[in-house]
Amino acid sequence: MKKEDRLESKNPMEGFLRMDRIPHIWCPGCGIGTVVTSFTEALKKSKLDLDKVAVVSGIGCTGRVAGYVKLDSFHTTHGRAVPFATGLKLANPDLKVVVFSGDGDIFGIGGNHFIHAARRNMDILIICVNNFNYAMTGGQVAATTPMEANASTAPYGNFEFAFSLPYLAEAAGATYVARWTSLHLRRVTKSIQEALAKPGFSLIEVITPCVTLYARRNRLGDGLNLLKYYYDKSVIEHGADTRTLDISYQGKLVVGKFVDKEKPTFLDRMNEHMTKILGDKYVKYGE
Amino acid sequence: MSTLKTLNGNQTIAEAVRQIDPDVLAAYPITPSTAIVETIAKFKADGLITGEFVCPESEHSAMSVCIGSASAGGRVMTATASQGLALMWEMLYIAAGLRLPIIAAIVNRSLSAPINIHGDHSDTMGARDAGWIQIYSENCQEAYDNFIQAFRIAEHLDVRTPTLVGLDGFIISHSMEVIQVEDDQIVKEFVGEYQPVYPLLDTSRKFTVGPIDFTDYYFEHKRNQIEGIENAPPVIEQVGKEFGEKFGRAYGFFEEYRMDDAETCIVVMSSAAGTCKDAIDELREEGKRIGLLKPRVFRPFPDKKIAEALKNMNAVAVLDRCSSPGAFGAPLFTEIRNALYDYDQRPKVVNYVYGLGGRDIRVEHFKEVAEELDKIAGTGKVEKIYSYVNLRE
Repeated sequence: MKKEDRLESKNPMEGFLRMDRIPHIWCPGCGIGTVVTSFTEALKKSKLDLDKVAVVSGIGCTGRVAGYVKLDSFHTTHGRAVPFATGLKLANPDLKVVVFSGDGDIFGIGGNHFIHAARRNMDILIICVNNFNYAMTGGQVAATTPMEANASTAPYGNFEFAFSLPYLAEAAGATYVARWTSLHLRRVTKSIQEALAKPGFSLIEVITPCVTLYARRNRLGDGLNLLKYYYDKSVIEHGADTRTLDISYQGKLVVGKFVDKEKPTFLDRMNEHMTKILGDKYVKYGE
Repeated sequence: MSTLKTLNGNQTIAEAVRQIDPDVLAAYPITPSTAIVETIAKFKADGLITGEFVCPESEHSAMSVCIGSASAGGRVMTATASQGLALMWEMLYIAAGLRLPIIAAIVNRSLSAPINIHGDHSDTMGARDAGWIQIYSENCQEAYDNFIQAFRIAEHLDVRTPTLVGLDGFIISHSMEVIQVEDDQIVKEFVGEYQPVYPLLDTSRKFTVGPIDFTDYYFEHKRNQIEGIENAPPVIEQVGKEFGEKFGRAYGFFEEYRMDDAETCIVVMSSAAGTCKDAIDELREEGKRIGLLKPRVFRPFPDKKIAEALKNMNAVAVLDRCSSPGAFGAPLFTEIRNALYDYDQRPKVVNYVYGLGGRDIRVEHFKEVAEELDKIAGTGKVEKIYSYVNLRE
């Protein structure tokens, strides 16, 4: 076969990835790559100028996303992706800033930053890959580990209450909150697309399999078994009351879009307030 | 009865923790120290330890938990590395300022940026003014021995100062070694029962911890804190000696290797000292009169003792596994050179920074350093006071 007759072998995501960094480090069966695919699809569909999109990640398996996407990106320290994104957005309000990180990073060590960015309604999108444990360091118990699940620092089961991310986000002030699993590929894509188009603080939680640690330690099988669990146990309930979204070990997963409301962003409020105080002397920022 | 066990550095620390069974253990996962916490978690789950095991949401919180528990009168410990220790910064000073004898196992790792998970001493060297006693280990056995001694040193009534034990990330933390694990009961007896001073849980006395202390007494209280670490040397010496009597491995402030008739000397801490010993052996076979001085205790710095050991050398190379940007040399070098200042006869001292971010240092690199030392000893001239080993420039 002549070379030009061969099928085009280019990966459809090539334009969005730093191909020199591929192959990635994620384990077979891991769901992070799926979420990255959804993200790139959403970017394509949103027709955003890619020079105006920035990705910020913290530390952890999902933290590696910043290194793989062919966008302006920053791999920050553990837990600090949200404040870094806040600074990025405020210094250049033209940017669409996306925090792409894991549950341990955003809700464990960085939990305080998350609630304050939500409270201020910072115009950033948080894509949180929730795999129920600190995976990069070997599967330790996290703020999202379901009660009774095993982890390397909870070898006979976790006895602590876990955060319900949508509930926390809504209570703290987020204006867009959705939860999906990595099985809901198209819905994740659609949610990201919606959130990219929406000003304000958005959280999209995507529950993904951690095959190597969470699944193995809990004897839940491989990636396919977990996707089967998502298939069997997830129920789409748009607009569900976020107080009812706790996740129990291998229990029901209520997914959907729970919050989608309008509220002035941090910059809207700042400009409005400063105009009230200073009148004509104030030059509105970022408009 | 003591037994031989094949353990890596992290497991040796966990093994010592199991034997000592502190009241509270609080730690957050971070590479390369995570396995310490994981092993402790397993011990706890298996009922082998009775102490409380807490998984806080960050290292800052882990040290805060330690401070709370220590104030209440508990024997407490943590383990961390790199960014984790950096995040504890604020609380390190508070632990020392409140004279709480907390013990930390620090698996030495480089600091971001750029991010790197491998071993160097940037983390603990950055904490050198935090008021903690710092003890470094060459191998798994020393990590185990140092960790056990740390409790005795920190909790001594004249000292009452938090203590950290450093072991090199991956090189020691993840390397299996056959080590002598001492009998549980004898280790327990050696460490002894913890007697807290002013525990908050003593409800017969009511007092507050950490109140504001302005221009009136802050200075005196800081002076008092400094006295704690200044009282440590005889205690460190005594504990090291007793450890030797009990277990056959005595410890001092530093180890001297083939120093008896040495004319030049390499000073290097932790795991690299093991490699350096091989280099020294080879150089000795070539007829070079060179020795190694391996500091074990960096804080309090044994200035007089080190100066005495080095004063008769012709030339000394101090190797630091961390940099101190903008300073006149890296930390170990500045301490040693400073310690020699008052001696009329003193060696030429040069500084090499090596191994940042886990960069290997091999026998041939030590030989390069030895060659430089030969030149300096021969000519009496130092061309470069500060340089690097195994670096592309």
